[in-house]
Amino acid sequence: MKAGGRDLLPRVTERRHRPGAGIPAPLLVPAALGVLFLVLPLVGLVVRAPWSAIGPVLAEPEVGQALRLSIVSATLATGLSMLLGVPLAWVLARSRIRGRSVLRALVTVPLVLPPVVGGVALFLVLGRQGIIGGWLDDTFGITIPFTTAAVVIAETFVAMPFLVVSVEGALRAADARFEDVAATLGADRWTTFRRVTLPMVAPGVAAGAVLCWARALGEFGATITFAGNFPGTTQTMPLAVYLALQRDPEAAIVLSLVLLAVSLATLLLLRDRWLGRAVP
Amino acid sequence: MRTRPLLGLLAAGTLLAGCGGSGSADDAGGEAAPATEDSGLSGTLTVFAAASLTDVFTGLGDDLMAANPDLGIRFNFAGSSALATQIVQGAPADVFASANQAQMAVVTDADLGAGEPAVFTENVLEIAVPAGNPGDVTGLADFADADLALAVCADEVPCGAAAAQVFEAAGITAMPDTEEEDVRAALTKVQLGEVDAALVYASDVRSAGSDVEGIEFPEAEEAVNEYPICALAEAPNPEAAQAFVDLVLSDEGQEALEGAGFRAPSA
Repeated sequence: MKAGGRDLLPRVTERRHRPGAGIPAPLLVPAALGVLFLVLPLVGLVVRAPWSAIGPVLAEPEVGQALRLSIVSATLATGLSMLLGVPLAWVLARSRIRGRSVLRALVTVPLVLPPVVGGVALFLVLGRQGIIGGWLDDTFGITIPFTTAAVVIAETFVAMPFLVVSVEGALRAADARFEDVAATLGADRWTTFRRVTLPMVAPGVAAGAVLCWARALGEFGATITFAGNFPGTTQTMPLAVYLALQRDPEAAIVLSLVLLAVSLATLLLLRDRWLGRAVP
Repeated sequence: MRTRPLLGLLAAGTLLAGCGGSGSADDAGGEAAPATEDSGLSGTLTVFAAASLTDVFTGLGDDLMAANPDLGIRFNFAGSSALATQIVQGAPADVFASANQAQMAVVTDADLGAGEPAVFTENVLEIAVPAGNPGDVTGLADFADADLALAVCADEVPCGAAAAQVFEAAGITAMPDTEEEDVRAALTKVQLGEVDAALVYASDVRSAGSDVEGIEFPEAEEAVNEYPICALAEAPNPEAAQAFVDLVLSDEGQEALEGAGFRAPSA
């Protein structure tokens, strides 16, 4: 927070950086409660963690497998989301097509849809009997469910709206006059998008991507429904955690902590790199 | 803490009655007044039951509520192990019906059962295939066919443990495409036609209606699942809890269970 604040608001605010100073009580108290509310369950996990069991659990080959699969599929899902989601956010924020608000509502449906329902919906489209999946199966012999591709698809379906909403917000907040200026200087709209708009909203895109990745990493319902659960192919960490909970709650706690540690480490690492790049 | 004496009294009453009512299914059905007759039950009854009991228990619950207009029943249907965990963690449940003895033991070992659990029904595995049997599945041996899309339950849940037993008894190395988190999830994939076969319980096949066909196989006898039921020691509504347990053990309850593909306990 400190580093970000300094980067974004250079010099002028320097004297406000003394800790605690300048936070009004009506903000401080709820903010502190908010932190407690979010952090206490995590503390519960850490306190209850059977530290002596961590070694054996981590040594199980299925754990490494699930962790690798989680990170790879969440990263692929984030890449796919950026590829499709950033242009979509631009359309929602900048274009003047009719029915834009309906489009926006439709795009954010996965946010409110219970993920398990999302998984069933994916079956109805991409499953063996699905509208597109049936054709893929008949024509090319390709079946999507129960493959790693299905994991990526399920995660993208659930996580992409987070990216779209973030990027759209950033685009709306960005000053469109820069784009107008670029246009008057002879840049076409594609060049303007690449050279002006995108750099301007880069922090928003980065924030959206982080949100998207985190959501994809924790995805459970759509994945277990559409991709099933098979170690090495489709069993991501959240699925492994859920199943471990059925037999050995302590192992489930260990697995959750591993997932948390890895995701926090990744996010902190990326955050520094991204903010370093986005703000020269 | 001031409610202690009252709770103690209620607990004592429940203990006397025991989980199995006056002892066996016959007694409960015969001598005690039929549980669906108005016995003036009120409040809310919370029943935690294995997912495979969804249809039967919902029906029995409706009967009990029809007979007791002041009574409301809430069901929590899920995997038995999830339910056992929730109960041990203090979920306010009145009755627990497990799909196996192991998860009931989790609850009774924590001294949360009111009396001894009673086995009220049994369930065996069956092969569920989509209507028309597109994969031409004929028996358990087809689960070794890597070309078929196959679902079993994960080892961690009861139907998965049972599946592992029958595969071992048959000497089959199963080649599933997915290990489902509970039996209903496995059944859903059959109903959607996304797998050629899944190993589920006979009761699940029955509940799916015409979408799903069942194939019985002899090795199923290797993994008969006994379903125990028990009122809970800390039940907020012990009278209603006992009435529900009695109803399940009564002739009416047993008929409903058999109609849904379960079979009477052999012991």
